[in-house]
Amino acid sequence: MTAAMPKFSDLDALYSNEEAKVATEMYEDPDLFQEEMEKIFKNTWVWVAHESEFPDKGSFKLSNVGLDPVIVVRDRKGVIHCMVNRCRHRAATVCEVKKGKTSSFQCPYHGWGYGLDGSLRALPYPEQYGDDFDKAQHGLLKLRTESYNGMVFATFKEDIEPLVDFLGPKVCKYIDLFMKQGGGFPVKVLGEHQFTVPMNWKVQLENTTDAYHFPVVHKSFLQSLDEATEDMFDFLDKGRGWVEDLGNGHSVMMMIPEREDLDSGLDEPIEDRFQELAEEIRAEGYSEDQVKKIVKAVGGAGFNLNLFPNVSFSLAFFRVLTPVSVDQTDIRHIAIGMDGGPQAANRMRIRLHEHFQGPMGFGSPDDAEVWERVQRGTKGGGQLPILVNRGMVDEEPGDLGPRGHISAETGMRAAYGMWKRMMVGA
Amino acid sequence: MTMVDANVLTDVTEFLWKEADILDRKDYDTWLDLWTDDGLYIMPIGDGEDYADQLNLCYDNAKMRKDRVGRFKAGFSISSAPPARTVRTISRIVVEEMSGDLIKVRAAEHLVEDKFGRQRVWAGDAYYTLKRSGGGFLLHQKIVKLLNSDGMLNSFSYLF
Ligand code: FES
Ligand SMILES: [Fe+2]
Repeated sequence: MTAAMPKFSDLDALYSNEEAKVATEMYEDPDLFQEEMEKIFKNTWVWVAHESEFPDKGSFKLSNVGLDPVIVVRDRKGVIHCMVNRCRHRAATVCEVKKGKTSSFQCPYHGWGYGLDGSLRALPYPEQYGDDFDKAQHGLLKLRTESYNGMVFATFKEDIEPLVDFLGPKVCKYIDLFMKQGGGFPVKVLGEHQFTVPMNWKVQLENTTDAYHFPVVHKSFLQSLDEATEDMFDFLDKGRGWVEDLGNGHSVMMMIPEREDLDSGLDEPIEDRFQELAEEIRAEGYSEDQVKKIVKAVGGAGFNLNLFPNVSFSLAFFRVLTPVSVDQTDIRHIAIGMDGGPQAANRMRIRLHEHFQGPMGFGSPDDAEVWERVQRGTKGGGQLPILVNRGMVDEEPGDLGPRGHISAETGMRAAYGMWKRMMVGA
Repeated sequence: MTMVDANVLTDVTEFLWKEADILDRKDYDTWLDLWTDDGLYIMPIGDGEDYADQLNLCYDNAKMRKDRVGRFKAGFSISSAPPARTVRTISRIVVEEMSGDLIKVRAAEHLVEDKFGRQRVWAGDAYYTLKRSGGGFLLHQKIVKLLNSDGMLNSFSYLF
């Protein structure tokens, strides 16, 4: 299969690490897209769920690993399984409920029944398969599944390194920092916005650590904020932040350094925009220390953490991409809050999420528009490269990879470097 | 179901059509004036009805409506400069309840948008609470539930 694809033998022409130039085919070639689905999405850890989305024994949700529809489920012992949503008889999907609770999955076509762990339990009239039919060989196709701090990842690659090694210590550190948005409570998914965009998946992959676009694309969002908040988002002018390559294609964009660790600066006075909320939380009976911690957490983290290939932790929400075709990508913006935390706090988090995110947000529609414009633009001038070389001039070495200016395209270079290593198949 | 005066249905229909026309023409300042001060404009996701505590597509009080309109009009939002053009119909209007000066109405909304030479079609149920004011009505609550509100949507550069 690989050898029969000489078309992509010249990966340097598609992406050059030295020049940081991306070829137009990277967004436009359907054969390359198919190759990516095999070499990347079938060969690495892919985010599939947050544990709070299916909290109980027997609860499940549907998800995707690349193009493969999967079911993520907790069995009776609470163990998490991920398997392809395809009956082993003649391929019908065994589940079309997006989220729910069940004791088994039964195929609607001829009634093969599968356990929560994907094993084939029973089938009608098995005699016709003969005595040596082995049920153990006919369970749902399973993926290896591991979690880190509530985030569930799955992979088709059986012998891949453990998830924590793939993430690495710095990514794990940033995930832990991000999850401090629970404000002392476990982080819980509160809902999601979903929209599909006519763009290649890598256009989205590039965006989460792209500070350069923020004041331009999100000007109308910034204009709808109070002065103090607008000032907080002015990270480009202030230029105190940075973007850092964290290895394996991951990167972090630190926009608001004082919000890197939400447990710090808790002795400072509560910001004006959160005064009313603080009152409400006090009224719910929380101590002043808790009020400060919760209010700080409601404001979100100060960074975007982008994980290769499909999930990012963006200030206050999770952003997930699912490739559909070479020029279509599904996006989910998942709202998170405090499991068991004050209602007023979760309500405010939801309102803040609605303000920027989703099909009617003040931010997402403008992102979607420029992403689509990239895809429309690459229809022409096929010989021209896409430049991701911004900020190479003054990058400095970080712990695991280079660290650049807040508006540097360091994160994109990290992702494309990993893309290339995986496409080589090393 | 209570018997509804034919005149009420006619008046309500005329008001909803006027609003639909205002939205298709993107005459947003006029639209803002159709509202009560404490009115809510909501587009929920899924079937939940605990709008204040659930994630919606939008949950707009007067300030958010004003900011949203400001965003559409200021020319800095690339998705709404220019926005998609829309043609909508409001039909299957049912007056559900009348109490005091409030009237609850539901209707079918069907909208086609056009941008970049591609058209997209949306359908949903719209639920209105109208408040009598002067000789006419004001919007006090408007909830538009898209048929696929919990599915994959696209971004919207206009109002439903
Ligand atoms: S396809 Fe599933 S039982 Fe036949
Ligand atoms: Fe953006």
